Amino acid sequence: MKIYDKLIFELSKPGRKGYELPKTDYAGNALKDIPSNLLRKEAPALPEVTELDVTRHYTNLSNKNFGVDTGFYPLGSCTMKYNPKINEELAAMPGFASLHPLQDEESVQGALELYYNLQQALANIAGLAEFTLNPYAGAHGELTGLMVMRQYHMARGDHKRTRVIVPNSAHGTNPASAMVSGLEVVEVKSRPNGSIDIEDLKPLLDDTIAGIMMTNPNTLGMFETEITEIAKLVHEAGGLLYYDGANLNPMLGKVRPGDMGFDIMHINLHKTFSTPHGGGGPGSGPVGVAEHLRHFLPNPRVVKDAEGRYHVTADSESLGSISTFLGNFGVMMKAYAYILSLGKENIRNVGPMATLNANYIKESLKDDYLLPIEGACKHEFVFDGLKDKSTDVTTLNVAKRLLDYGFHAPTIYFPLLFHESMMIEPTETESLETLDEFIDVMHKVAREARETPEEVKNAPLTTIVRKLDETGAAKNPILTYRAMKEACAK
Amino acid sequence: MSKIVEELRYADSHEWVRLEGDIATVGITDYAQHALGDIVYVDMPEVGDEVTAGEDFGAVESVKAASDLISPVSGEVVEVNEALEDEPGLINQDAFGAWIMKVRVADTAEIDALLDAAAYAKICEE
Repeated sequence: MKIYDKLIFELSKPGRKGYELPKTDYAGNALKDIPSNLLRKEAPALPEVTELDVTRHYTNLSNKNFGVDTGFYPLGSCTMKYNPKINEELAAMPGFASLHPLQDEESVQGALELYYNLQQALANIAGLAEFTLNPYAGAHGELTGLMVMRQYHMARGDHKRTRVIVPNSAHGTNPASAMVSGLEVVEVKSRPNGSIDIEDLKPLLDDTIAGIMMTNPNTLGMFETEITEIAKLVHEAGGLLYYDGANLNPMLGKVRPGDMGFDIMHINLHKTFSTPHGGGGPGSGPVGVAEHLRHFLPNPRVVKDAEGRYHVTADSESLGSISTFLGNFGVMMKAYAYILSLGKENIRNVGPMATLNANYIKESLKDDYLLPIEGACKHEFVFDGLKDKSTDVTTLNVAKRLLDYGFHAPTIYFPLLFHESMMIEPTETESLETLDEFIDVMHKVAREARETPEEVKNAPLTTIVRKLDETGAAKNPILTYRAMKEACAK
Repeated sequence: MSKIVEELRYADSHEWVRLEGDIATVGITDYAQHALGDIVYVDMPEVGDEVTAGEDFGAVESVKAASDLISPVSGEVVEVNEALEDEPGLINQDAFGAWIMKVRVADTAEIDALLDAAAYAKICEE
């Protein structure tokens, strides 16, 4: 790999530019029309470079990227599946790509039809009545879903329900979204396998509970087998069930959250439905609800009339608007392309293949890595570091060593249920050969940890940037070129 | 193996307490600092704040995670360890030396309800 570590500011030469404006009488005169109090005193410190400088700079930077297109990316809980190129091709079609959100309804019937059809497809996949595609990302979807929950209780005049139950193994966004939506978080304990402890749940269920937020499979990748019992208890207590779609991938086409008893859910299109994420975003977090909650979904809505025409409307019982216009439309196009290219039959294979791949890696590596929970997992699983900890090689060391071998590291130190968590999610799109390569390298790293532990502790050894000072980065972040120059001068 | 100090009292949420008169000095255990990894920030209460046993009184942030600090005692905060503001890593160097807060406890009997060193050691082994 070519070594390239320049900032664009370092390429700057005073007076160098990539354009030449024609000399006219107007040049420089525009400034006269701007009030002097709005004019800046000095020119902005922008880099002065040519077009070729810019092109080379960003091309070189892009070559340093690691993505699903360059290698295996087993980042647990993120569902880094391959993003088919046909998605991009369709989303780039000028008829869609150059639409303006304020265009007349009649002139965007195709786009509205896509929104409506995708919403329906997700409703079918989820076993729910209707989706809004407006939320911009997963956490935004959670907030929207909780707002639906609140709106439902308020509409019934039930103002006591101000608390929401969240398992202690939940993704951090769950309690964060609950706080932002004005609800109080109540923690329910999980059992050693990550599933909810029903005996701990029961006493929490009183008339102040708005609902419960869950994933299934849970954060440890294990299926909540008692979900119907949990749903019954929560519903009897007058609460609603919220499904965090973060772990939807293994369920795809096999189990529907609506059938499990969930009332509200969000889906991360950028995970389950193959749209880019992780710096490549943007995301999209559609929210689906059961029949009795559909009026509370945010405005604007897309409806279909008896003649097959589509309209953008507002529902008077809605919780209001949570986005400008109809959300991240480009992402919706990619997800729709994915659903249609797989089709009803093939989409049923996604979950089983993702599950098979995860179990294959888990069973192949549990001789060297500590598996705290035995049994079949779903799309992902968690190791508690190396089995042999006698040489003090940590999960962080293993993760860094993987970079030397060309693999992206798994999610580490999450969930917090174990000290040395290493969360691996291969997804369904990887071949047996790739999985075997990864397994070989993981075994190799475990062997190195036993025989040459210093090598693993000093990893990465072959990357352009070596081991980073994480404490220093957290305590003294240098976030601008100016700050970097000052730090270097010292 | 993490260190445990014989004469201190412990909470199962990994805080330690030393009682002198009616002043309880509170910190986090060596086991806790080891599990957290390099600590980069300690969110401490202010002098004069009331803390309640079983409720959080601040948080520690490490490169791995952020964790609430749970107060093992109830009372008024009379002093906080200001050295931790600039050097939170002191906790990593010596968890039983780098105390976090001192509390004038309302009821010293609360301390008797906490774990002794042997009982706390058992929790760490689990």
